[in-house]
Amino acid sequence: MPDQVFFALEVMVNGLMVGVMYALVALGFVLIFKASGIFNYAQGVMALFAALTLVGIQQGQVPFAHLINAIFGTDIHHFGWQVPALLAIVLTVLVMIGLAVLIERIVLKHLVNQEPIILFMATIGLAYFLEGVGDLMWGSDIKVMDVGLPQGISDSIDRATFDWFGYGFFIDRLDIAASIIAALLVAALIVFSQYTREGRALRAVADDHQAALSVGISLRFIWVLVWSIAGFVALVAGIMWGAKSGVQFSLSLIALKALPVLMLGGFTSIPGAIVGGLIIGMGEKLFEFIVGPLVGGATENWFAYVLALLFLVFRPQGLFGEKIIERV
Amino acid sequence: MNVARNVAGEVTADGRTLGGTLMDLRNITLRFGGVTAIKDISFDIREGEIRAIIGPNGAGKSSMLNVISGFYNPQEGEVWFRGDRRGPMRPYQVARLGIARTFQNIALFDGMSVLDNIMTGRLTHTRSGLLDQAIWWGKAQREENAHREKVEEIIDFLEIQRIRKTPVGRLPYGLKKRVELARALAAEPKLLLLDEPMAGMNVEEKEDMSRYILDVNDEFGTTVALIEHDMGVVMDLSDRVVVMDYGRKIGDGTPSEVRNNQAVIDAYLGVAHD
Repeated sequence: MPDQVFFALEVMVNGLMVGVMYALVALGFVLIFKASGIFNYAQGVMALFAALTLVGIQQGQVPFAHLINAIFGTDIHHFGWQVPALLAIVLTVLVMIGLAVLIERIVLKHLVNQEPIILFMATIGLAYFLEGVGDLMWGSDIKVMDVGLPQGISDSIDRATFDWFGYGFFIDRLDIAASIIAALLVAALIVFSQYTREGRALRAVADDHQAALSVGISLRFIWVLVWSIAGFVALVAGIMWGAKSGVQFSLSLIALKALPVLMLGGFTSIPGAIVGGLIIGMGEKLFEFIVGPLVGGATENWFAYVLALLFLVFRPQGLFGEKIIERV
Repeated sequence: MNVARNVAGEVTADGRTLGGTLMDLRNITLRFGGVTAIKDISFDIREGEIRAIIGPNGAGKSSMLNVISGFYNPQEGEVWFRGDRRGPMRPYQVARLGIARTFQNIALFDGMSVLDNIMTGRLTHTRSGLLDQAIWWGKAQREENAHREKVEEIIDFLEIQRIRKTPVGRLPYGLKKRVELARALAAEPKLLLLDEPMAGMNVEEKEDMSRYILDVNDEFGTTVALIEHDMGVVMDLSDRVVVMDYGRKIGDGTPSEVRNNQAVIDAYLGVAHD
């Protein structure tokens, strides 16, 4: 086979793996949207916040160091210890759960039974707030995410594929790790929602609040639970993207890439988020590879949005979303 | 004070043995802004009976049921359940006390199967928490199986075996009502509240539903409080009836007593104003 075909294949595989990363971000949106009908604008910022917190804890940074120094005239920045990656992850998960509790207590509790648009506005506020707090807590410099994930091109795949096909595939080991972790995460989420009582309660709340209350489900508990899970998914996405492109403000913009994924997959479907992510990841890479040279490149910036636009016109509920039926 | 008004064992004129007071509502007043939905109503529900609440549209029946199930908390009055005074509560807390309900406009989980819907009724009985389920998978699984057995029993009882895997959203109205009853029964409630269980049903469906309600009361000994419009059904089913009109209680007694109550007749048939 000509190298050209192999190259296209390589592009496709790489696209799929980027797609997994998109899907990870989209997953956070879907979880909250399904359970509470809220489109959580802050999901991207939550990923940034989680990544910042993880790096901060790991490197032993003093939270709010700038604030403390400015007020008390001190000059402290580090505790002087390094926290092992695993422990730092556990601590970050606890922080994200704490954040979920605070969001429920301070914001959601007061907005019960409000229009979705109001809740959406609240999450915009939340996004800006979190962004500011993240800066204030951990500083705004670009940080390196290092939790021991493999980095760089996988030599063994390069060699193996070269032996078999006479063409070496360049695949980032981080992408492979991300794919495996994402698969595990999705499997865990499915087991959780299908086979545990909290999962069943969560699906119940997603369907009907009143009925959920009448069988003894506490809505507040479920909301804390679902925001905690979304926080956890944000952490995973933050780790992956942080390891790929550094922990900095632009990390929160990955949420923008999740939007077309959601439009493709549907806002209410977990498999939809995954398939949507894969299609967009693979589609934009292949499109850049095939059509890019003809139009002068840089198609990756807009391809996803044009695809989403087409879906909005021809299939607004997405590939897996619930069909929208308007009764007249 | 922790005194039940009635003790078990009293025997009626027609030879039935009455249970003790299960729920006692004392001087309940419920307002929405300037509108008073319920004015100073008191009545009790005795263990093992079928208690109906009837009245013309807008009489405050559903509000009363919502007070009992914790969806509304009354501004005045006391709610006593099993000998204890119940403070203001949220609906899920009331559900955990053993009060299950159905809704006038069916409230089921449309995306879930019939079986899963009914399983949610068991949530108040589940012991193991999230962590237990993750760590002691086997134990949680055994518990799940026990719940499943109970649920299958109810499914058999209500004769909905054939649809147990069907998503509820696809079922016809009458069956949905039955699934909702099944979910409420799965909680093995001490008190079962039915908000118009027969609304919108045809004669045959009504007969089925009546039979199920009687059987539930008979076989499980479940105390039932229900709201219903169909007078024939109410009179046949219930042991005692509360009659409401404009938020007030205008009658309370056995079906035959209520039927001969002048205030009730006036409320239903209207009074000539001359």
